[in-house]
This record gives sequence, structure tokens and C-alpha cells, in this order.
Amino acid sequence: MTDLPLSQPGAARTDKAGSLLAQDARIKSRNAAEKRFRTYGATAIGIAVLALVVLLVTIIGNGAGAFRQSYLTLPVTLDAELIDPEGNRDPTEMSQILTLSYGRVLDQAVQDAISAQNIQIEGLVEDDIRGLISREASSQVRNRVLEDPELVGQTVEFNVLAGGRIDGYFKNRVTMESAERDGNTSPAQLMLADALKERGMLVTRFNWNFLTNPDASDQRPEAAGVGVAILGSLYMMLVVLVLAVPIGVAASIYLEEFAPKNRLTDIIEVNISNLAAVPSIVFGILGLAAFINFAGLPQSAPIVGGLVLTLMTLPTIIISTRAALKAVPPSIRDAALGVGASKMQSVFHHVLPLAMPGILTGTIIGLAQALGETAPLLLIGMVAFVTEYPDPLPQGLFDPASALPVQVYNWTQRSDPAFFERASGAIIILLIFLLCMNLLAIYLRRKFERRW
Amino acid sequence: MYDTTRPETAVSQQDTKISARNVQVYYGEKQAIKDVNVEILDKTVTAFIGPSGCGKSTFLRCINRMNDTIDIARIEGEIRLDGEDVYDRRVDPVQLRAKVGMVFQKPNPFPKSIYDNVAYGPRIHGLSRNKADLDGIVEKALRGAALWNEVKDRLHEPGTGLSGGQQQRLCIARAVATAPEVLLMDEPCSALDPIATSQVEELIDQLREQFSVVIVTHSMQQAARVSQKTAFFHLGNLVEYGDTDDIFTKPQDSRTEAYISGRIG
Repeated sequence: MTDLPLSQPGAARTDKAGSLLAQDARIKSRNAAEKRFRTYGATAIGIAVLALVVLLVTIIGNGAGAFRQSYLTLPVTLDAELIDPEGNRDPTEMSQILTLSYGRVLDQAVQDAISAQNIQIEGLVEDDIRGLISREASSQVRNRVLEDPELVGQTVEFNVLAGGRIDGYFKNRVTMESAERDGNTSPAQLMLADALKERGMLVTRFNWNFLTNPDASDQRPEAAGVGVAILGSLYMMLVVLVLAVPIGVAASIYLEEFAPKNRLTDIIEVNISNLAAVPSIVFGILGLAAFINFAGLPQSAPIVGGLVLTLMTLPTIIISTRAALKAVPPSIRDAALGVGASKMQSVFHHVLPLAMPGILTGTIIGLAQALGETAPLLLIGMVAFVTEYPDPLPQGLFDPASALPVQVYNWTQRSDPAFFERASGAIIILLIFLLCMNLLAIYLRRKFERRW
Repeated sequence: MYDTTRPETAVSQQDTKISARNVQVYYGEKQAIKDVNVEILDKTVTAFIGPSGCGKSTFLRCINRMNDTIDIARIEGEIRLDGEDVYDRRVDPVQLRAKVGMVFQKPNPFPKSIYDNVAYGPRIHGLSRNKADLDGIVEKALRGAALWNEVKDRLHEPGTGLSGGQQQRLCIARAVATAPEVLLMDEPCSALDPIATSQVEELIDQLREQFSVVIVTHSMQQAARVSQKTAFFHLGNLVEYGDTDDIFTKPQDSRTEAYISGRIG
């Protein structure tokens, strides 16, 4: 040590040479550097964890409300005057009557309930009574009556959605103070809601409809759900799974195991890596030009979304599959060839099973990426307002549908704060899907992992 | 077994199994093998010795066309197995490799059960008609590789769970199971401890009774112990080829003498 040019002069060192207890300056600075690095690392992790916690808390805090919904249980007298003026109980005739008349039936039902329950609230006006029930309710009642015209004239108990402001009131989104400034509600209306709640007619319970309903218009946030979006996302994932996985895995096996290494395959390789870095919105433009304008596929259809996401996912799948194949030791290939297996047998019997965990992980991560992708879908019209469910497969692939991330984007654009809650709720569902896919990836990796 | 009572006289009566004529191998621009001519006899152990990078492994891999898997490798000349050129356009390398088995430097069992490791070759070549048949082949191969007694109770445990020496014998059993006519061994003992090495060497001596064995080795002692014929490679040339005893006791070439006496290598 002493003859190293950077060390301290010999005399100084010999002083300390005897003692292990005293640290010299070099050791001290080395230890300090290590300590600093550890601190940086811990800080970085801390920031990441904090960001994650803040994100989750915010989203769950904002979105949890979407999973609960206020419902009003009302006896509704289905006044024949209003909904079947002809008196024939003929469904085709009755379908001429629009939801407007049913709205009046419902308003009357609320009025009746108020007097029956003996509720007296100062300053309660007609608008307050109308706004108590969601506009969705009139079409709900109408559909029920058209299904069974015999109900006309009877008094039937209905379980209808409460209005968005009322629902917001029970989720602390709307307060008495904000109601005073709000043209869509009033303190009197909220007091009426409180009174109905006390009497057990208004309840807030788990909202299955959020998972099954289609999107709803701006005035009816309480009726909006992610049903169509989930179905659309599932259809697209199916398309991606069916197209991207076989094509991607086959392409990587060919490139990695069979293709000659020459200039052409080099160019292909570089381009695949470049494609992985292309912004996803570019794939959307490509999809618009190729699949909709050129091939004439319908807009907003899961098939087009699936095709675009397939293009986007392919590079990810190819790159991770090739990495997994590369990681298989060449000795296994030699061993297979050495006993007289053909190239194909060596790949499919030995290399592929060993690469399987990596391939599956890469594929699922690619799929998860596709599931959360928004930008390309905007360009191919998946952002459209879709209230009708697509048909079952395979027809449904060509029907308009939405997608979860696009639905989130869509809802955040709307003015009613109730939609913000819905958007957060949809994000929670999206996150749950992604979490499930990652868990599946971990499970499959554990299951297929083999030592060699 | 490793003493000088080897049946020398028998060796000279053997038939030629493999004959190489003017073999040249290029890796890209670099020539790895220069004009090698050699006759390898049936039912004989032939050792290839030489310093690192001398081309002995390359030449070995030419015999069963394992070099085909290297894109830049180019082979000229001819290698005949029983008089048929293995580089003939009509030859399917897969069929060739079923006849010319190979054992590699590092034990490389498949990450499957011991049974499946041995049964893989017979399965893909359709050597068995039923399960009992296949069981018989597996047992025979494992007995042939002197491994049967150690693994007979755990045939369905993973082959990768065996010790290094057992794994290498499993690889030999795997190669033997396809009933090859020639067994190529590329430094089969370099990853093994002395005890495992002596077991494998003993095995090689037994295998000689069934087929021709070609072994590449770094260890001159090993070549002397197991082989009847030795070929000395140096810088891509086959410098000297002859009876093992002659190579080690009275080498004809000064380079051979320098190598076996430890002056080059």
C-alpha cells in the first residue's frame, strides 16, 4: 500500500498502521460516499412509494363514490290518461308516448309520496320535486310499461335512480352551501331528500349498474356506467390476443432461431426496436388511414381498435420474446441437435418451454399496455358516445363500442362533477384489471419456471 | 484397465469408420482447420489433443455437422462415414446426428426427468413401439452409462438435480440411447472432479466395445489413459496421428514432442 503514489506519505501511515480502530481519511471518505449513495437510493424509493400512495389514495378517494348510488323506492300510479290516452293497451300505440309523459307520472308519484309521508318543507318548488329523480327513471318506467301494458292504471312500486345532485349530497359532494348557489338543486330539495331517507324510501347502496350500464348523457351522470367500455376493452384484448401473440411469438422464433443473420434481418431488427419507440398516437393515425379509410372498416369498432393495438403491441411482444429465447442457454440447443433432433424439434421441445415464462410475462405486459392505451383509440373514433351494447361475438367486433381508458378521458371532459367521480371509478376498474393481469403474469412465470 | 495391456494388435485390424480428406474449415475469413486428413477406426477410442484454439473441437463438430448451426462456418473437403460423404447435398444432418452422437463439454441435461432425458432421442427417432420397449431402451442406455444403479429409483426426478459427474453420464446415456455408430465427446471431463472423471473414463473404455469413440481432451494423461489412437492438432493442422503409445513415447514431430513434454500449449 505504502508505495502507491496516491497514498499518504510513509511517515504518516506508520503512525496509524498499528491501530485497526482508527479510520484513515480515505476509508472515511469511502464510507461517507457509500452512505450518501444509500441515502439517495432510499430517498428515490421513498419518493416513488409516496407518489404511488398519493395516487392510489386520490383515485380511491375520488372514485369510491362511483360504486355507491342513491335509489328512491316509490309507489307510482301509472295514470292511464297520461300514458295510454287511447285506452287500448296496445304497445305499438303506447310507444308513441314519449318519456316526457312518464316524467309527469313520476313527478306526481313524488308529490303523492310527500303528502302520504306528511313531509312539509318550506320553499319546496316543482323543480325541486322534478330534480329529485334522475331523468333516467322516466325511460325505466316507460320500458317497464311497454313490456307489460296491463300495468297501466295500477300503482306499482318502482326503484328509481335519485338525481345526480341528491346522490352527490349523500356522498358529500353537494352541501347545503353549494346547493344555494347551484341552479340545479336547492337546500329545500336536499331537505326533502333527508326526509325521504329518514323514512327509508331513499337508500344509498352498492352500484352494480356502474359496472353494467352504458354511458349516459351529460344530464344523467347517475345513470352512466362502464359496461360498454369494459365489453369494448375485452373485445379489443381478444383481437390483440388472437393476432399479436401468435404473430409476435412466431416472428420472434423465426428471427431468433431460424433466420439467417444478414443485412436484411439486421434492418428488420432495428426497425422492430424503432417501432417500439413510436408514439402510440402515430399508430392511431395509421389505423385511421389503413383500416378505416382504406379497408373501410367501421369507425368506433373494437376490431379496428384491436388491430391498431395489435400493431402497437407487436414490437413489445417480439422484443421480450426474443430476449426470453436468447436467455435459453445454447447448450440446450446443442444437446437437442446432438441427439438428432431437427432444428424445429429443438426449438419447440426444448427452447420454447424454457423461454415460456419470459414470453408470457412479455406478452401480458404488452397486453396490459394495450389495455391502458388511449391516444390511438381517440383517432379511430372510439371516443364516440355509445349507449348501446355491441352484439355478442363475432358480430360485436364491428359494432360501435367504447374502451375503458377512453371512457375515463371522455368523462373527465364533462362539466358535471359527478362525471369526475365516475372517471375515477373507471380508473379503479382499469387498475384492477391491470393488477389482475400482472398477477397472472407472476403466477404463470412461477408455474412455468424451470431450473437448468 | 489403464495399463499397457491394451489389445494393441486388435486395433490394427479395425475397419475405418470415418475418413476425412483435405478438410478445411473457415470461420468467416479465418481458417480454423487446414487440410486435415485422418482415418478413424471402428470400435476404437481416438483422442484429439492439442493446445487451446488448435481446431480439435472444430474438427470434431464437423463430423456430425454441428458446425452447420454456425452461420459463418464454411467447410471444404470431405468426411466419409462408412464411405458416404456426410456433406453430400442429399444427407440430412438430423439423420446423420442420430448415427453420430455427441457429448458436450459442460453437462447439459434437458430440464426434464432423468427418464425423459434418455427417452427423448428414441422418441423422436421412433425407436420404440410401446412404453415397455422404451423402458427397456432407457434402462439399457442408463446401464450402458453406468448410471442405472444410482438413478433407478428416481427416474422421474429432474435430471438437473444430479451431481456433475452423474449429469455427464446422463448425457452419455442420452447419446447412447439413440444407438449411434460413433460417439463424439468434446472435453467430456473438463467440468468434472477427479472421481467423476475416472468414472467417465471407465465408461468410455466400455463404450469402445460397441462403437467408435472420438474424444477431444485437454489432458494428455487422459488421452493416454483412454485412447488407442491419438491425433495431435496444432494451429489448425493435424500434426501427427498414430497409436497413442507411439505418440506419447516416440513422437515423430518436434511440435508434438514439445507439446507432450509441456513446452508448448
